[in-house]
Amino acid sequence: MTLATFFVQCLNSMQYGLLLFLVASGLTLVFGIMGIVNLAHGSFYMIGAYLAYSLTALTGNLFVALALGLVLSLIFGYLLEWVFFSFLYERDHLQQVLMTYGLILVIEELRSILIGDDVHGVAVPAFLAGSIAIGNDMLYPVYRLFVSAACVVLALALYWLIRKTRVGMKIRAGASNREMAQSLGIDIGLLYRVVFSLGFGLAVMSGMLFAPVSTVYPGMGAQMLIVCFLVVVIGGIGSITGAFVAALLIGFVDTFGKVLWQEGAGIAIYLLMAVILLVRPAGLLGERAMR
Amino acid sequence: MTFFTRRRAWSASSWTLFLLALAAAPAMLDGGFELELLSKVMIMSIFAASLQLLVGCTGLVSLGHAAFFGVGAYATALVVPQAGAANLVATLAFAGGVSMLFAVVIGLLVLRTRGIYFIMVTLAFAQMLYYVVHDGKGFGGSDGTYLYFKPVVGMFGKTWVDLADGRAFYWAVLAVLVFTLGVLRVVMRSRFGHALAGIRHNEQRMTASGYPVFLYKLASFAIGGALAGIAGSLYAFQYGFVNPELFSWHQSGNVLLMVILGGPGFGGAIAGALVFVLLSDWLSELTKHWQLIFGLLIIVSVAMLPLGLTGGVAACHATIERLCARRRGVPAKTVPKEERAL
Repeated sequence: MTLATFFVQCLNSMQYGLLLFLVASGLTLVFGIMGIVNLAHGSFYMIGAYLAYSLTALTGNLFVALALGLVLSLIFGYLLEWVFFSFLYERDHLQQVLMTYGLILVIEELRSILIGDDVHGVAVPAFLAGSIAIGNDMLYPVYRLFVSAACVVLALALYWLIRKTRVGMKIRAGASNREMAQSLGIDIGLLYRVVFSLGFGLAVMSGMLFAPVSTVYPGMGAQMLIVCFLVVVIGGIGSITGAFVAALLIGFVDTFGKVLWQEGAGIAIYLLMAVILLVRPAGLLGERAMR
Repeated sequence: MTFFTRRRAWSASSWTLFLLALAAAPAMLDGGFELELLSKVMIMSIFAASLQLLVGCTGLVSLGHAAFFGVGAYATALVVPQAGAANLVATLAFAGGVSMLFAVVIGLLVLRTRGIYFIMVTLAFAQMLYYVVHDGKGFGGSDGTYLYFKPVVGMFGKTWVDLADGRAFYWAVLAVLVFTLGVLRVVMRSRFGHALAGIRHNEQRMTASGYPVFLYKLASFAIGGALAGIAGSLYAFQYGFVNPELFSWHQSGNVLLMVILGGPGFGGAIAGALVFVLLSDWLSELTKHWQLIFGLLIIVSVAMLPLGLTGGVAACHATIERLCARRRGVPAKTVPKEERAL
């Protein structure tokens, strides 16, 4: 492996890791605050990719599509929580698993009916379509750099929202003690709706951003969901920093696994999880016990 | 007192009736197709009952149970002779043993997590095995491999029954189902089974009482895995092929669906498997997009039936009883919650 290839693979790993972090943070946000295990989170990611495809085809510009998609996803996430989840909080986790499993089936079939089962590509806007040279013979697409930058910006925005704003303060209050927050006059129902639509928006935005790189295909949601679970398990429970470290780790292991150990590329990240479970069952940065 | 005995007698007689009806089904059904469908129902019942041991009895919600189903199926496909019939009992024992081995190894890792993380980790391990058979050498890739002969039942090289006949195969599956239910019943009636119920109710208290909780959970996971492997082996024999889809998370999701929608107890698991297999078969004939209807049905039933199918039936039963009791002017008995579970 030359230095230039190594550098390019590092960039790829980082970009994949950042994307994973963005998707997984939506999952942890909804789980951490609302206590809902959302199996349909991967399907939300897929919705994003397909939104990018159809909105770009409609408007002719990925950025217009991104803006439209953000607004649509926030509204749609809000409605989704209201219709499907608002009565589930008192119930067992099992019921939530079932509900979100049903949602996956519905979303997958709606996708198949509305858009079809073909693989699609999404065009990159002209000014991001070029590549930059790395070393003498390697080219790196500018759009991938743009995705990484966008992920960083979104992650920082999320941090700012949760840590520095009044809404974020209410969200944190609701996460640490639901009843107490409620008795202090915070409308928990509304708060949950906002958080859910935020998580939904994060998944959709990641799907839209990554669509030009990954192409758009039917099984992409399930794939993403499982890798997100790995991020959460490896990173540790309820730890955003852990999720960040784990996402980058998975990005590197997966990318370099594909280069160095082709037969085992699919299982490299699962082996990583097995090792982590063996050494630190609570994840890299998780609390000691898992309840 | 009378309540409990009446209930137990009712339960025993309904089980007997149910199994007798299954045994007599080939005489009533003339089409091979219906028989094959019922065989599938029973295989899925074994699979669902094995998961019920984890979910309903031990409190371990696994979303990766298809892993052991798949291991059993692949173990069968790889061990049966290419040019002749395999011995059913020996093959089932082998498949169950290999699955149990996998369950022990995977269990040692996944049982270090709890609750929601257990769901995630089991799913991830099933997915890992999916990639192993999908990309590994000797497993036939994404197409899988074929089994060319139905097994036989016999001993010392003598064939007693050839299961190439649809009815014979059906009865063999029924026998395995009865065996599975028997094993599960013995397990749940034993001290071990009561300890599992204790772990489901309050793991901390069981730990404090000095029970080796981890070992108990591991044993439960291993038994569940072995029985799932036996179901997978039967599945491979019935359809004559195996492919990586047996490990897919849809398979794990569907079996969990049977268990949860069916409701508590092994009867619930069987009810879930029956409804699931028949409904998916019927819907998939109606439309290509049957999963849409199926998904909507799941969502509606989660909203309407928090206790599952059997719970829904029991709730109807209780309502009717209450109405009758009110007419007679007697206060209605309420069924204690513990009695309803299992």
